Amino acid sequence: MSVLVDLNTRLIVQGLGEAGAFHTDKAIAYGTNVVGAVRPGKSGQAVRFEGVTDHSGVPGRSDNYQVDVPSYDTVRAAVEATNANATVLFVPPPFAADAIMEAAEAGVKLIVTITEGIPIGDMVKVKRYLTGKDVRLVGPNCPGVITPHQCKIGIMPGYIHQRGRIGVVSRSGTLTYEAVKQLTDAGLGQTTAVGIGGDPVNGTNFIDVLELFNADPATEGVIMIGEIGGSAEEEAAAWIGANMRKPVASFIAGTTAPPGKRMGHAGAIISGGQGTAGEKIKALEGAGVVVAATPSDMSSAMLEAMRRAGIA
Amino acid sequence: MKIHEYQAKELMKQRGLAVPIGRVAHTVDEAVEAVRPLVEASGNPVVVVKSQIHAGGRGKGRFVEHPEVAGVNVVTAGIKGGLKATEERVRELAKAMLGSTLVTIQTGGAGKQVNRLYIEQGIDIDRELYLSVVLDRSTGRNVVMASTEGGMDIEEVAHSAPEKILRESVDPSVGLLDFQARRLAFALGLTGDAHKNGARFIRALSALATDLDTDMVEINPLVVTKSGQVMALDGKMSFDNNALFRHKDLIEMRDLTEEDSAEVEASKFGLSFIKLEGTIGCLVNGAGLAMATMDTIKQVGGEPANFLDVGGGATTENVTAAFKIITRDPNVKGIFVNIFGGIMKCDTIANGVVEAVHQVGLQVPLVVRLEGTNVALGKKIIDESGLNVVSASDMKDGARKIVELAGGAK
Repeated sequence: MSVLVDLNTRLIVQGLGEAGAFHTDKAIAYGTNVVGAVRPGKSGQAVRFEGVTDHSGVPGRSDNYQVDVPSYDTVRAAVEATNANATVLFVPPPFAADAIMEAAEAGVKLIVTITEGIPIGDMVKVKRYLTGKDVRLVGPNCPGVITPHQCKIGIMPGYIHQRGRIGVVSRSGTLTYEAVKQLTDAGLGQTTAVGIGGDPVNGTNFIDVLELFNADPATEGVIMIGEIGGSAEEEAAAWIGANMRKPVASFIAGTTAPPGKRMGHAGAIISGGQGTAGEKIKALEGAGVVVAATPSDMSSAMLEAMRRAGIA
Repeated sequence: MKIHEYQAKELMKQRGLAVPIGRVAHTVDEAVEAVRPLVEASGNPVVVVKSQIHAGGRGKGRFVEHPEVAGVNVVTAGIKGGLKATEERVRELAKAMLGSTLVTIQTGGAGKQVNRLYIEQGIDIDRELYLSVVLDRSTGRNVVMASTEGGMDIEEVAHSAPEKILRESVDPSVGLLDFQARRLAFALGLTGDAHKNGARFIRALSALATDLDTDMVEINPLVVTKSGQVMALDGKMSFDNNALFRHKDLIEMRDLTEEDSAEVEASKFGLSFIKLEGTIGCLVNGAGLAMATMDTIKQVGGEPANFLDVGGGATTENVTAAFKIITRDPNVKGIFVNIFGGIMKCDTIANGVVEAVHQVGLQVPLVVRLEGTNVALGKKIIDESGLNVVSASDMKDGARKIVELAGGAK
């Protein structure tokens, strides 16, 4: 089992520019079922992806791959032709909000938005537009979602992942990779890793993903990676304390961040004494979460949490 | 991006929000020349001389060079002495303030040099209120906040008397509605003309925030005059950098002298850089990893010299620029390159670092940790470059090594 994506995921790509093409190639090399691309004005033109498989992805595949991805003018046309149930967006920031809403209108159930730098005002409108629609937005400004050996959507390096027992959810892309690699090295592996992104207004939040992991029989524990800014970690801590049946480990980035400075992510800022790493760590520990002292200690924190829960 | 008070007021005025009449001055003479037209237009002999810097707390701030002068000064000399007396007092103040260093609770101990003054008409104040529009992250919507406690530090009010802060959430599909603005105006105790003017002001400010993509707009105080006018006595605005591409006119308001020069240069190369006080330079991809790298350096006994996220789309040229910005800091005793490639490819980083070292040399130890997309290629480029690089197996290992090489933990 896993959450969000698996072997049944049928993916389309919105924004097949340089970065989009590079990572679509990596996804296909991994074995993700990429069924189409939305390229307005270029319908009928297929894009060929070919190369050598490194066998780190979906098992049982041949040494080489060659896939022709058909293009469609609109998301609706792509969905009608391919029966896609997921889309990934590499659309540039000025046009990304429109692309997300187009995907939602076409009924794509899972919308993974990689794009960094979307205006906050645009995301406020997107969030409003998605209200009441049966779709899930992951991101923006996130690495994507991967279920090891089944489906990779996004920009994460596939080879560090290993099918396993732990769910990963994170606001930070690169710290997700840190956690994943440690879990792989420790032999724990991952069920699914979800990057929810570092923007102040996003789609899926910590609690959404924790609920999914809580209900997923294959997931035995969860690593949750947060950072300074906002109160999403505190809200997640309260939810964990009340509902989580599985051990949780965490790391919060930004213990040394100065107040009032935006640390790269639009959402990562300590303002008015709120959103500090210290407050978040306190809230999480209060909910029984084992918080790693450094990002290099995430898998050992997970093992400690599992020991406390009597499952390791 | 932040702007000055006078620029914020100009933007409000353009959109029909009431602000006092005022003029910006870059020189003592300009400050003095501003007085006569202000007094004549307003019929009020009182003027206010306000320092223009990108930091709050100006009223209680003091100048390093002139501790007796505040950051904001009400000039009442004209009540008895007429226009000449006002002009003389403004001249004295402008001489003391321009070019001097203002220290407020928000500037830090070093303070900020005042290069611009705003000379404004005096206002006959009846009440002082508070009004702001900010993003509420928990709902993903703007929220209009208002309070009767104008002129106070609002964070203090939020702490001591949270019930005195009124909130209305803005649905982006319809904007702040009339009834919401009226509800706020009633709750603020406004009646008659002041109620009508207040509700109109609140609604216009909410629309301004949406239209101009502000991060934050804060009017503290929003004043009610004796004649029932509602106007912005102060104005603080900052904008979402990601939305500036659609606001060319706002970009022109940027005052680079208010920003750290290294941070400005970094932003030209798409780098997010923040100067810190330590000795270990950091070059990292990803904001979370960059923060975590700083945390880890501190954990093993070092102090980071900067936060630097090269971002996902960086080119070799951007990475070279990042390296140069780090090495320019004389405090830097060692550099830690920590990369976990996803969208960023390790070979791009490696090429950038090698190129930078060829251009500017390498005076301090360099520890490199590479992992992720194209890692083998990246390591090969570093190995074949002949550079004196220490490689690290993971983040903590790298942090330990660089702290050791840079002179050990404190």
